[in-house]
Amino acid sequence: MLASLTREILQSLRVALQALGAYALFFVRLLGEVPRTLLRFGLVVEQVHNAGALSLVIIMLSGLFVGMVLGLQGFDLLERFGSEESLGSAAALGLLKELGPVVTALLFAGRAGTALASELGLMRATDQLAAMEMMAVDPVRRVVVPRFLGGVLSMPLLAAIFSLIGIFGAQLVGVQLMGVDSGQFWSQMRSAVEFGDVMEGVVKSCVFGVSCSLIAVYEGYHAVPTAEGVGRATTRTVVISSVVVLLLDYLLTAAML
Amino acid sequence: MRQTRAIELGTGLFVLLGFSALFFLVTQITNREFGFGDGGYRVVASFEQVGGLKPGAPVSMSGVTIGHVQEIEYDFGEYKARVTMRIDNQFDRIPDDSDAGIYTAGLLGGQYIGIGPGGSETFLAEGDQMQFTQSAIVLENLISKFLFSKAAESPDGQPAEESKP
Repeated sequence: MLASLTREILQSLRVALQALGAYALFFVRLLGEVPRTLLRFGLVVEQVHNAGALSLVIIMLSGLFVGMVLGLQGFDLLERFGSEESLGSAAALGLLKELGPVVTALLFAGRAGTALASELGLMRATDQLAAMEMMAVDPVRRVVVPRFLGGVLSMPLLAAIFSLIGIFGAQLVGVQLMGVDSGQFWSQMRSAVEFGDVMEGVVKSCVFGVSCSLIAVYEGYHAVPTAEGVGRATTRTVVISSVVVLLLDYLLTAAML
Repeated sequence: MRQTRAIELGTGLFVLLGFSALFFLVTQITNREFGFGDGGYRVVASFEQVGGLKPGAPVSMSGVTIGHVQEIEYDFGEYKARVTMRIDNQFDRIPDDSDAGIYTAGLLGGQYIGIGPGGSETFLAEGDQMQFTQSAIVLENLISKFLFSKAAESPDGQPAEESKP
């Protein structure tokens, strides 16, 4: 009984380690192909369109509402301390440093990550990847790396748009609805937010962009070539991406604070 | 062809939007000044205590921001904090006997340097040192001074010397 349990634990540990190693190797392989892919920039542009431009609406809408909620909650909280003028700095710092990168990454995993994984999984299931190999076209170089790069390039831009719209959402609620003084809102924000805070958000979203895109293309590329396998790859993409994003967020915050 | 054109247009729009958002965040939301060339001249002042003053804090006269704190370092020559301020060029008529003090904006606000004009006919210029400074007030010191002066009061209600109610 105990022996079989130990064996099972060791087995799952081995599988987890193996997955980690496979991820690392796949990542290195992708990085190796990046310079050559950059020469065919049209492919990357197409994927920036898929991952970034098509996610724009959901990002902007979510950013607006997250900002508005932040405005409401922040106002309610700060009013208790009689310092509702700090709403601007609180909302801006919260959005730039935390909510912008993290929520964008989670939405990205749901919107673009699943699209990437299911597309690659279907290519695998319908033998398109095998067909490419037959024609001596490296599917990693032709299909996977452009998608990976598209995601990596899109994420910081999406996060910046999210934060900006969020700040305007907070301003909408705080200043227009709740009556915080507009001048104080902006001036407190400008005196509190520093260049490093913006950069912290950018660094975070770059890291999230790499990890989310990597997870999506890995899961899609290695999907079991059945309908069920593609579905599972899509689910795994969202689950792994979300957990990894939140975990990395803690680590990055601890490292940069 | 039409298809790729639409894709490129959409992508271009997205990238433009993203970078302008980033640019806006960096320039408008932060207190960073992008000085093209060197806008302004530097003035130095030494303080006993700078409190929570940080680089980038505003320097103001009568509440009007005329520049920013550029750097704060410790001067072992006179054992004081040495604050370098960058004052915008348009404010070039500050008398050289003006005094600089460190104040707090509101109860929870950040600290800033307030300059009170003196009466001299000559004005501050690049690299000048301000003579009269007033240190930041550290709340803990103030409270402890108050408490000690209270405690120093003799039991019969007569205040000890140097303590004022």
